[in-house]
Amino acid sequence: MTQSANARGGAVPWVAVGPALLWTLAFFAAPFIAMALVSVTVKGGGFSLANYQQFFTDPSYYRALFNSLEVTAIVTVISILLAYPFAWILAEQIPERWQRLALILAILPFWTSYVVRSYSWLLVLAEKGVVNNTLVQLGLIAEPIQLANTRFATVTGFVHFFVMLLTLTIFANLKQLSPSYRKAAADLGAGPVRTFLHIILPLTLPGIMVGAFLTFVLATGDYITPQILGGNNELLMPQLIMLQIGRRGDFPLASALSILLMLVVTVAYLACARWLKIERA
Amino acid sequence: MRSAIRLATIIYAVLIYGFIFLPVVTLVLFSFQATSFPIPPFSGPSLRWYQAVLGDARLTSALLNSLAVAVISSAVATLLGFLAAWGFARFRLPASALMRGLITLPLTVSYLIIGMGLLVLFNSIGFPKSLTAAGIGHVVINLPLCFAILYSQMGEHQANIERAARDLGAKEWQVLTLVTAPMLWPALFASFFLSMTFSWDEFVISFLLTRFDTTLPVEIWNLLRSGLNPKTNAVGSLVFLVSIAFVLLFELVFFRKSRS
Repeated sequence: MTQSANARGGAVPWVAVGPALLWTLAFFAAPFIAMALVSVTVKGGGFSLANYQQFFTDPSYYRALFNSLEVTAIVTVISILLAYPFAWILAEQIPERWQRLALILAILPFWTSYVVRSYSWLLVLAEKGVVNNTLVQLGLIAEPIQLANTRFATVTGFVHFFVMLLTLTIFANLKQLSPSYRKAAADLGAGPVRTFLHIILPLTLPGIMVGAFLTFVLATGDYITPQILGGNNELLMPQLIMLQIGRRGDFPLASALSILLMLVVTVAYLACARWLKIERA
Repeated sequence: MRSAIRLATIIYAVLIYGFIFLPVVTLVLFSFQATSFPIPPFSGPSLRWYQAVLGDARLTSALLNSLAVAVISSAVATLLGFLAAWGFARFRLPASALMRGLITLPLTVSYLIIGMGLLVLFNSIGFPKSLTAAGIGHVVINLPLCFAILYSQMGEHQANIERAARDLGAKEWQVLTLVTAPMLWPALFASFFLSMTFSWDEFVISFLLTRFDTTLPVEIWNLLRSGLNPKTNAVGSLVFLVSIAFVLLFELVFFRKSRS
């Protein structure tokens, strides 16, 4: 690791790391500072905390953050519950030589763009879409039910994406487990259920946590899925932010809301930090 | 009992695969719809909507814009990530962990906030909305990824070979281009293609930072305003096809590599 790296080099290492550092400072740190500064002004005026005040006092504003957190929590739980058994089947039940193919297939739609994926769900959930059509044909419902433009549609769109993501992280984690853990547990008299609860589940917790954290970051920050599938019946935080820019051109308020959203994600990051270390192999 | 469990796992796997593929199959199937609504019953197959897409100058130019932004921004992100990974792995720098943390930090921030920040910054310094602005944003989101991938691949045996090259009289830039880069090409390739797929699919940054000339996801978004339309299915299917091509290329290269 770094201990054996040579210390000499003079300007060379700075020339190497400089461009990436400068890029990050100029186009990531500076924008953030600009946003922070703009957030404590009002549109067309001087210093003011009015934007933050508005968020904390106006229910339609803080409600958007609650909606975001609620939807994210529901999505994370459902996605883990659906993905875990699926990842287990892929890792343990499918013969080794087919595993790679099965996994690639399982995450293929992961690579469609956000916009296209959400639009596809709109097709499925539309009033005369595939689901309603099938249910009516089967005689299960008389009239099409409203599926699109609901929270249900937003959650479905999100779960679809995050089941694939979590399958990937949990699968990777399951594959790393040495079979000897299971053998040892069996030798010591543990049944499959106890082995799972006391050995497998704790050891795959990092995979679940990484996936859950990614779910949290991506779902709380995604504008497309709630906008296309949920519509404007209830706003999530990203929709509220985009609304400030789109209709009103209110950069200060949009900046304040963005910073609040980022703070929430940072708190979550710190809570999960111990599972998320990026290490050199 | 055992066969019951076996049956349950098969049913479960089929259901999940069904859930995963339901929207994609619907999208592609109704892109071949002959009538004007992409809803059942299926009335195709017809290629009229693909013709409509290829005849739409806005969509084809957006497609070229997307490819250009993806290739250029990924090349920049891979190059900067490679240089930084090499610098941090091979030299002892003060506050190294802090600087590495800074470079990887954008990974934890959503695209929306990165785009918002750049919008506010560019707006305040008078930098116009453009494909360049969107490309800058795409480098911001992909650089941490490229850096993380390449930094994790900077192994000790490569450092020894670099040392040997230096002892034989190679200059630092020769070591980098003739020794380090060729040894790391699979990781460089991985970084580049992952960046390509992320840039290709990225919506919100391009949406915020471009105006007239824009990328394909933004143009598709504009199409959505007209409601459900088989033309959107057709262009969506084409986008999906390109993404799959990226992934398969990636797979082929790495499959070959892991076998050899």
